[in-house]
Amino acid sequence: MNISQFFLQLINGLNIGSIYALVALGYTMVYGIAKLINFAHGEIIMVGSYTVFVCTTLMGMPIWLSIPVSIIVCAGLGICIEKVAYKPLRNASRIYLLITAIGISFFLQSLFQLIFTSNPKSFPTIIQLPPLTLGSFSISANYYLTFVVSVILMIVLDRFVKLTKTGRAMRAVSEDQGAAQLMGININKTISITFAIGSALAAVAGILYSSSYPLINPFMGSTLGIKAFIAAVVGGIGIIPGAVLGGFILGIIESLTKAYISSQMTDAIVFLVLIVVLVFKPAGLLGKNRKEKV
Amino acid sequence: MSTVLEVKDLGINFGGLRAVDDFNLEIEENQLYGLIGPNGAGKTTIFNLLTGVYVPTDGVIKLNGVKLNRKVPSAIAKLGIARTFQNIRLFSDLSVIENVKIGMHNQVRYSLFQGILRTPAFHHDEDFIEKESMKLLEVFKLHSYAHIKASNLPYGKQRELEIARALATNPKLLLLDEPAAGMNPQETKELMETIKHVRDQFKISILLIEHDMKLVMGICEKITVLNYGTVLASGTPSEIQNNKQVIKAYLGE
Repeated sequence: MNISQFFLQLINGLNIGSIYALVALGYTMVYGIAKLINFAHGEIIMVGSYTVFVCTTLMGMPIWLSIPVSIIVCAGLGICIEKVAYKPLRNASRIYLLITAIGISFFLQSLFQLIFTSNPKSFPTIIQLPPLTLGSFSISANYYLTFVVSVILMIVLDRFVKLTKTGRAMRAVSEDQGAAQLMGININKTISITFAIGSALAAVAGILYSSSYPLINPFMGSTLGIKAFIAAVVGGIGIIPGAVLGGFILGIIESLTKAYISSQMTDAIVFLVLIVVLVFKPAGLLGKNRKEKV
Repeated sequence: MSTVLEVKDLGINFGGLRAVDDFNLEIEENQLYGLIGPNGAGKTTIFNLLTGVYVPTDGVIKLNGVKLNRKVPSAIAKLGIARTFQNIRLFSDLSVIENVKIGMHNQVRYSLFQGILRTPAFHHDEDFIEKESMKLLEVFKLHSYAHIKASNLPYGKQRELEIARALATNPKLLLLDEPAAGMNPQETKELMETIKHVRDQFKISILLIEHDMKLVMGICEKITVLNYGTVLASGTPSEIQNNKQVIKAYLGE
């Protein structure tokens, strides 16, 4: 086995893995707090990429400005989706929420197909930094920037959830909404913030993803979303470090499969990993198996 | 002495069932008040009405003259009613001190972005609530457990932590839902002392639901007896003990 090729594949894996991790964080945070698999989360990625496309290519906005715009649009969209679609169902059975989430996902896909047609659009070049040269081979700026940005965001998020009052409130709400509001925590506000943060992370993931694969279409979010969802489940859904771990594992497995087994087998192997993990650790790699007290 | 809580003609229907009817209550400043009654009499329902978990069908609830009807639980908590639960509902994955800090949520002023950027305001507020939480834990001799998970505390300590968490919200009125449930006589005796001590140190009023007659009669200054959702009798412990209707409800004819 060629060691430098292996190394390159590993970097590939870390690149896509950090994007999965960012998206998986959104799934996991929303699940933790609302006990809802937000299947519309993948579409937020797509909206984030299209926002940058509209801002720069169509409206001529400078790139540095289009990124915060995209993040704000996605955070706002996340809050709106929760308020319009999920909040009225908060006391309904989980299955209705799930169906609604799938509905929102189709709605956004169709809406963007209607506006932008299903022809792929080319995503503007955002990252214009020189590649990083390490000995005999160079790593493109897209790759190292994706990795660095993702890791920084994950650390900030982790500190935020662990140390700030909003983070504490989020953890309290995720454990017991009733008790949390009786301690004076505003549940609606806390849930909105959670959706906003998850969606903002999805926007960043969308921009980074589209920088590496610069053709965007209205369906780009669904595969990416499903993969990230698998990453969240593999790591243990509802657990923040689990999403990060799951994302990196999935990315690395994917790129090694492409290189050494077969690129057509990638998805099959990813799903196989999911099944194997769930057979041995039903709550995910970092999940705790809660024993029922009898 | 001024009135802290005033409840007038409170009632709630669950479908066709009238769970609480024509309930009246007045609690004065610094008063220790007992609410007793047989199982299913509607005691916990009243707690849920007072804290906004249920919306009353009719009647008025006032805290220091402010009407509470239709306010959401978090707003009522902010106004000064805190409670504990019959079955312990701590945030079991959070540490002991974090549970208390959750109670202080509304006393922390820094914004979301100040929290993300960790500005001086963030450090100032967090240092402040760390100190205050520690002080509260010391009152209950829980400070040595501050950083363990709440679920790892022994049962009796968990009950005390619930009281500490409720006190952290800086209440004017504390509602205790069967604080002695599951405790042995020795623990119950200690709890009685703690409750009195809390009332005196924090200068608050306390409304207590309890099955343990000895505890209620021992520490409450006034008692209301509830039966089938209505008030059977109200008065001092000795009046209640000699009330024929109360004896009938508890012991049968």
